[in-house]
Amino acid sequence: MRPFAYERAAELAAALATGTVSPAALQQLRPDAQYLAGGTTLLDLMKIDVMRPDRVLDIRPGPAAQPVIRAEGGLWLSAVASMAQAAEHPALRRDYPVVAESLQQAASAQLRNMATLGGNVLQRTRCPYFRDTAFPCNKREPGSGCAAIGGVTRLLAVLGVSEHCIASYPGDFAQALIALDAEVETLAPDGSRRFPFADLHRPPGGTPHVETTLQPGELITGFRLPSLPWARRSLYLKVRDRESYAFALASAAVALDLRDGVVHAARIGLGGVAAVPWRAHEAESVLQGQKLTETRAVQAAEAAFAGAVTQEDNAFKPELGRRTLVRALLQAAAMEI
Amino acid sequence: MPDAITPGGVIGRDTARQEARAKVTGAAQYPSDIPLPGVAHAFLVTSGISRGRILRWHLEAGRAVPGVLDILTHENAAQDSAPIPPTKGGGGSTTTLQSDHVWHDGQIIAVVIAESFEAAREAAHKVRADYAEEVPAASFDSPGVEIQVLEETLEAHEDPKVGDAAAAFAAGTVTVDATYGTPIQHHNPIELFTTTCFWEGDRLTILEPSQFVQGLASTVAKQIGTSPDKVRVISPLVGGAFGSKGGATARTSWVAVAARRLGRPVKLVANRSQGFTIATYRAETRQRVRLAAGHDGRLQALLHEGWEVSSRPSNYNVQGTETTARIYACPNVWTRVSVVHADRNTPGFMRAPPDLPYGFGLESAMDELAVALDMDPVELRRINDARNEPIKGLPYTSRSLLECFDAAGSAFGWSRRERRPGSMREGDWRIGWGCAASYYPAKISAACARVTLTSGGARLDIAAHEIGTGAWTVLAMTAADQLGLEPEQVEVHLGDSTLPAAGLAAGSSHTASICNAVALACRELRDRLALAVATENAGPFAGQEPAALRLEGGTLRGAGGVAEPLSATFARTGPLDAYAEYIPHGNPPDAPDKLRQGTPMTTGGAQLPDRIQYGFGAQFVEVRVHARTGEVRVPRITGAFAAGRIMNPRTAHSQLMGGMIWGIGSALLEATEIDRRNAHYVNDNLSEYLIAVNADVPAVEVIIVPEEDRLVNPLGIKGIGELGCVGTNAAIANAVFHATGRRLRELPIRPEHLL
Repeated sequence: MRPFAYERAAELAAALATGTVSPAALQQLRPDAQYLAGGTTLLDLMKIDVMRPDRVLDIRPGPAAQPVIRAEGGLWLSAVASMAQAAEHPALRRDYPVVAESLQQAASAQLRNMATLGGNVLQRTRCPYFRDTAFPCNKREPGSGCAAIGGVTRLLAVLGVSEHCIASYPGDFAQALIALDAEVETLAPDGSRRFPFADLHRPPGGTPHVETTLQPGELITGFRLPSLPWARRSLYLKVRDRESYAFALASAAVALDLRDGVVHAARIGLGGVAAVPWRAHEAESVLQGQKLTETRAVQAAEAAFAGAVTQEDNAFKPELGRRTLVRALLQAAAMEI
Repeated sequence: MPDAITPGGVIGRDTARQEARAKVTGAAQYPSDIPLPGVAHAFLVTSGISRGRILRWHLEAGRAVPGVLDILTHENAAQDSAPIPPTKGGGGSTTTLQSDHVWHDGQIIAVVIAESFEAAREAAHKVRADYAEEVPAASFDSPGVEIQVLEETLEAHEDPKVGDAAAAFAAGTVTVDATYGTPIQHHNPIELFTTTCFWEGDRLTILEPSQFVQGLASTVAKQIGTSPDKVRVISPLVGGAFGSKGGATARTSWVAVAARRLGRPVKLVANRSQGFTIATYRAETRQRVRLAAGHDGRLQALLHEGWEVSSRPSNYNVQGTETTARIYACPNVWTRVSVVHADRNTPGFMRAPPDLPYGFGLESAMDELAVALDMDPVELRRINDARNEPIKGLPYTSRSLLECFDAAGSAFGWSRRERRPGSMREGDWRIGWGCAASYYPAKISAACARVTLTSGGARLDIAAHEIGTGAWTVLAMTAADQLGLEPEQVEVHLGDSTLPAAGLAAGSSHTASICNAVALACRELRDRLALAVATENAGPFAGQEPAALRLEGGTLRGAGGVAEPLSATFARTGPLDAYAEYIPHGNPPDAPDKLRQGTPMTTGGAQLPDRIQYGFGAQFVEVRVHARTGEVRVPRITGAFAAGRIMNPRTAHSQLMGGMIWGIGSALLEATEIDRRNAHYVNDNLSEYLIAVNADVPAVEVIIVPEEDRLVNPLGIKGIGELGCVGTNAAIANAVFHATGRRLRELPIRPEHLL
């Protein structure tokens, strides 16, 4: 870890915790700083010399703050709510099971207690070559090359990859957000904005080091889930080596508007298989207006992975991903709402 | 017949660990927790290549970090420490700062010392080496590996054989010929690899978690050219070891050198990923097993060949065929083991080093044979049970394998199993039942102990090791048992190389070794006490026959109902003490001297000239395999084990249960991934090196089958630290076959293998 300046941004932290922004809070946004909330990714990466911020701005809610989740059209989630708080929220569990389950199945209880929602969607990849400074990595050092291609790739991505980067996006919550057309709200020195969550992350392309569309100093303040009564028929299915505390080999966030066995709308996010939070629009189109049979689910899954690019170790991922999606769709269809 | 020791009521009693409260409240001090004034902090720099030479160092940026005190490299410290002497199997050893040579990925190439841990780490990140890099060979099948057939190249190596196995196999009626593989695994004890050193004049003290304090002291003394009696190792508690803290590793002498150069204490806490390359690990194996049997299931031929990876210079190997050649009755047996040298760090002991991987091969092949015979796999073991091992015909001191199969099978409900694969299903989950045998050599080492009468009871001094197994508690129990006290009345001093020597806490030999030594010392103390009070001029026992005196319930009792609390006796006799050296069957008379010099003399298992001694068990598992996505889960597992006298049922249960959980992880989760291009370990952290978590082990049932072995040692103890993890992997693979009809011969078994 290298020396860095640490500052506590009290006004900003209070604003994030209450959802009420004061001018003093806006003053504390720093384009040259790395924000620190739960710290579960940042501190880890600083210790292994992968992230080297000069300035760390602490925006963690104070002990008395109650990060909010409130009904607002659909549901509004504060970016500094902990993953544990959100996962246990009754309205989220009742109306958006896919979101609650994605949080519940992420990380370990200890990490969920520390990590915040805003930090979680920005979690950096677990690509081992990104995390080891002995290797070239275009994400860590632009232009240095990609050591992952041709290496140990079992946990790496097959969708949305480029010849410059095959790192996988590791999170779960983001798959639920992207599936439900959630929006993200941010605060920047020049004002606040709201945009589709799907526009937050950038696929690696030729610039794997640019992971989001956030401007320097821009801070996520919350997430807005649209009012979606049929999202009660939704679930998050995570296939992993062990039963708890493991990254997804493949996961599927699905929500179905099912009427008399016919799909009026399907929303599908895929995790563990893609470079960024992944919305499977092609699969959704296959299901639209159709009866949800196993055959149809298989066709949708095939469409979802049509563009997969695999390596030796992760060649199984399209097949596992397809099966995961089929299982999730059939399970969602069978839910008793 | 050895002189059996009769327990007095404390041995065998369910007893909580003496240090339990300190551990769960965080009060327990591990070596790096011991505060030292003025301590400086070390951080290791490890190589970024796996084979080659260091051309030059760029240390300026590291030296410029405020607080940096010293940076050791081969250019300024090469002469200060010799390399670690070779491990089991001989050959040479890899080196560290002794030269510019890089043998493996993550090798220690420099040590930064600074006023703070943070400064040392920052500087370590800022120094840089230029290398002349060569293409490394990573593992089996990599270009450039060297294959060494051990029997052809090493005088001391012997591959067990009997009869004409090749001919018997060729003529076999029902045969199995299959190749199995087990992965690289790392111990990952939660307590990291730490070392703290300080000098007082020419005397060095090392605080380091160790499974063998005498061995560490003598190795470091040799490396830095000092006398072993000037080196003291202190290791009060070890936070998990599993073999990784058994042998000295390269880090220790460099910390000692750094402390000497600076003239102040130096502490190193290596990080998690460095633990993958600066200590040892379980190397990957490949095994070919051939079995032939008649229609009656009787084995006619057993051929087991193994290949194990090691470093370039070391011949370290585990040779599990020493066991697998001897478990089942078979007239024709052939084995062979080869080492495959690659550009890797040297492997070493890891929980059940030989039997976990080689047991996977044999117990999987036995299941395949049962399928080929259309026979129940338990019945196949019954038919081939052996009273004498087949190689030399030596008798087992005791063998309760079938009793274990009966006990575990009945608790599990095995008789309800339908043999046909794929016969059970619940929704989308296929269900399978499988079983396997567990076995582990009952080994023992010499040990020395001193026991002293105190006002409160007794004090016990022995250089034993509390590595989480409950050794501390069984030591107190043994002394209490033999002196008529309660365990709380025995003050135990262990984990210090200045105490009476005891062997390596490894090979499941420690409890047997140290408890027999303690019992011997206690007997000596009883005799001395009896003699002292019987020959007093006055006093309640004056003139009594010493042999008639008894110690029980904290009271000394003599003939004619004479009794006195031991504390009152102590007031007259003072701190009587007794010292004993226990030399087990098969150990040479100079074994205690060897121990003091750091050479453990462990014998037993299949290494005795007149008999064979093993602990046995049987494990039954239910697996669920998801029909679509292939996850394998283990909803329940039942194991029954017979291992002689159980000293403390509570810690024994924990050991066996922990072993079974370890076995589940070993079958389904644990694997160190290596990048075959550069021989680099990739998942060197606990997020991606997976071990079983609670959700993976919902129901683990442990049954202890009573067994009395009057031959194995005076207290009748066989070790249990490793027994529980042997065979679990095969039982799971066998159950996966039963669930799916798919035979998986490479571990770990993962979802992608079952799509």
